Amino acid sequence: MLWETVQLAQREIRRNVLRSSLTILGIVIGVAAVIALVTLGRGATLQVTEQIASLGSNLLQVRPGQGFHGPGGASASADPFRSEDAEALSREIPGIRAVAPVTSRSTQAIYGNLNWSTSVTGSTNDYLTARDWPLQSGRSFSDSELRAGSAVCLLGATVKKELFGNMDPLGASIRLEKLSCQVVGVLQAKGQSSFGSDQDDFILIPLRTMQRRIAGNNDVSSIFISARDRATIDKTKEDINKLLRERRHITAGQEDNFNVRDMQEIMATLTGTTKILTTLLGAVAAVSLLVGGIGIMNIMLVSVTERTREIGIRLAIGALGSEVLLQFLVEAVVLSTFGGVVGIILGLSGAALAARALAMPFVLSPQIVVVAFLFSAAVGVIFGYFPARQAARLDPIEALRHE
Amino acid sequence: MNESAATITKPTPLLIELRGVTKIYGSGAAAMSALRGIDLHIDQGDFVAIMGPSGSGKSTCMNILGCLDTPTDGDFFFEGVEVGRMNRDKRALLRRHYLGFVFQGYNLLNRTSALENVELPLIYRGVPRAARRARAQAALAAVGLAGWENHTPGELSGGQQQRVAIARAIVTEPRVLLADEPTGNLDTARSREVMELITTFNREHDLTVLMVTHEPEMAAYAKRQVHFLDGLIVPGPNQGGDA
Ligand SMILES: Nc1ncnc2c1ncn2[C@@H]1O[C@H](COP(=O)(O)OP(=O)(O)OP(=O)(O)O)[C@@H](O)[C@H]1O
Ligand SMILES: [Mg+2]
Repeated sequence: MLWETVQLAQREIRRNVLRSSLTILGIVIGVAAVIALVTLGRGATLQVTEQIASLGSNLLQVRPGQGFHGPGGASASADPFRSEDAEALSREIPGIRAVAPVTSRSTQAIYGNLNWSTSVTGSTNDYLTARDWPLQSGRSFSDSELRAGSAVCLLGATVKKELFGNMDPLGASIRLEKLSCQVVGVLQAKGQSSFGSDQDDFILIPLRTMQRRIAGNNDVSSIFISARDRATIDKTKEDINKLLRERRHITAGQEDNFNVRDMQEIMATLTGTTKILTTLLGAVAAVSLLVGGIGIMNIMLVSVTERTREIGIRLAIGALGSEVLLQFLVEAVVLSTFGGVVGIILGLSGAALAARALAMPFVLSPQIVVVAFLFSAAVGVIFGYFPARQAARLDPIEALRHE
Repeated sequence: MNESAATITKPTPLLIELRGVTKIYGSGAAAMSALRGIDLHIDQGDFVAIMGPSGSGKSTCMNILGCLDTPTDGDFFFEGVEVGRMNRDKRALLRRHYLGFVFQGYNLLNRTSALENVELPLIYRGVPRAARRARAQAALAAVGLAGWENHTPGELSGGQQQRVAIARAIVTEPRVLLADEPTGNLDTARSREVMELITTFNREHDLTVLMVTHEPEMAAYAKRQVHFLDGLIVPGPNQGGDA
């Protein structure tokens, strides 16, 4: 009986293809929007989550200058740090796991006749600890290399690929500006950073080497710190602040001339923004579904009026009110779920295209597809019920007289 | 006319009994008495023509007999069971299982083939598809429409449409066929065809028929006639009526 009713509904719907298509347009748009947004939103969230993980756990970055200057932003004209600042931090603050003084600059790396522009960072092995960055092959720097400022380097995955392809770079010598240095290790690939830059396009050399042989001064442009515990990170930040103010001779009342950034906090803010955006657009989509539902209700009411005589015939022949109700309800649900299916297909293809265009991961979530389908069916039930009840309550004698 | 001869000479089981049935439309000052106390006995296998002037209550009575409407007062027994005050669903089930309807305006589903129109009551009876098809085809053949199964009402003449309607009414093998002016829209030749058909079902299948008609020629096909006037059953113009 139910299957018969579904078939009947399909036939009624096909009788008026244009009207049916226009009726379900609202549902199609609503569902497509929900599906596309949620799929893209999940992709974005996944991306951000991966980036948070790739930053290193509980990473704090201390830079000279005030406030947050954005990615690679200029840090005003405040004094740079010294290696001693980093040593003091690791010595005096208990909540710290690793402290890595860092100085970076962009440079050309040359191997044989290959030339690759990348960035070179001078730091210590703590840099790798702070950023949870394991080696793929070779070794990290030895204490004597760090102390002496030896010409050794670790390659990021991208640099390794560009200069060496599939060859083993260990032991080879590359040239960084005037410095010829020996490759002692290769880092594991980390992928893109939150700001779209390639984290693996990078060469690490001992800080001393950087200061003496490339930069020509003893400046430390920023300090990477890995806090021991997320729970006490605020206290750790405070301690860092206090110590650095002391060391930089900032008197009470004077503003900091450095800033401590919590990378995960920044990421969390980004994720939050994505969430708000998804919620907002989801609300728009919900409104669209509501409008679609009203469209279905409207067309079903018209249909009941148009088919009053048919309803009269069915009732006279012995159809129960509930059977007529079911017939119209099924018709509304078939309409709305069809709209839902079309919307799901459109939404997923739209999301796939957008994900490709935005270089974002495409995360197909089966739950949201099921939810969208059930939701569109529910729209049919909710908005089809009233017209269907109208039909079921018709008086057969009156309905048969209807022209 | 000797339409009452059969009922008098051969006692048959009582199928339908109306006792003091009244029907009042509206209420208060606008109240309108369409039936004012109808007593009627109809036996299994009877063929009754209901006649009377316009507005005399024929259709009102047919609607009550067809369980489409309920009497305001009085009793309506179907096979000894009081059905006049049954609820909507119970009356629908009575119609589904015991009654067949033919209307003046055919009342077929548009844009739906003759075969599917005839299948319709079987769907509500839950007859499986194959059996349904076969029975509908047999019913169409019985009304002389073999070969017209796939035509929609729009492609059929009035007479053919009414025959499809008859096929739809008898396909469930009902106990009673109710026909309100079944020939009202047809010319004389088509009307006779329809009447021959109904008479055949009455005779050969012991189908009880209640038919409203204005035309004495069509009423003559019935076994007896009942005359309505102002909501009451009256003796007919030629003393042919009997309640
Ligand atoms: N739904 C209704 N509401 C109010 N009055 C009604 C209704 N149906 C019928 N009537 C009135 O009841 C009376 C009987 O009507 P009915 O339709 O039974 O007459 P009829 O004998 O079938 O007439 P006709 O030969 O014209 O079909 C008429 O006066 C009619 O106006
Ligand atoms: Mg009438």
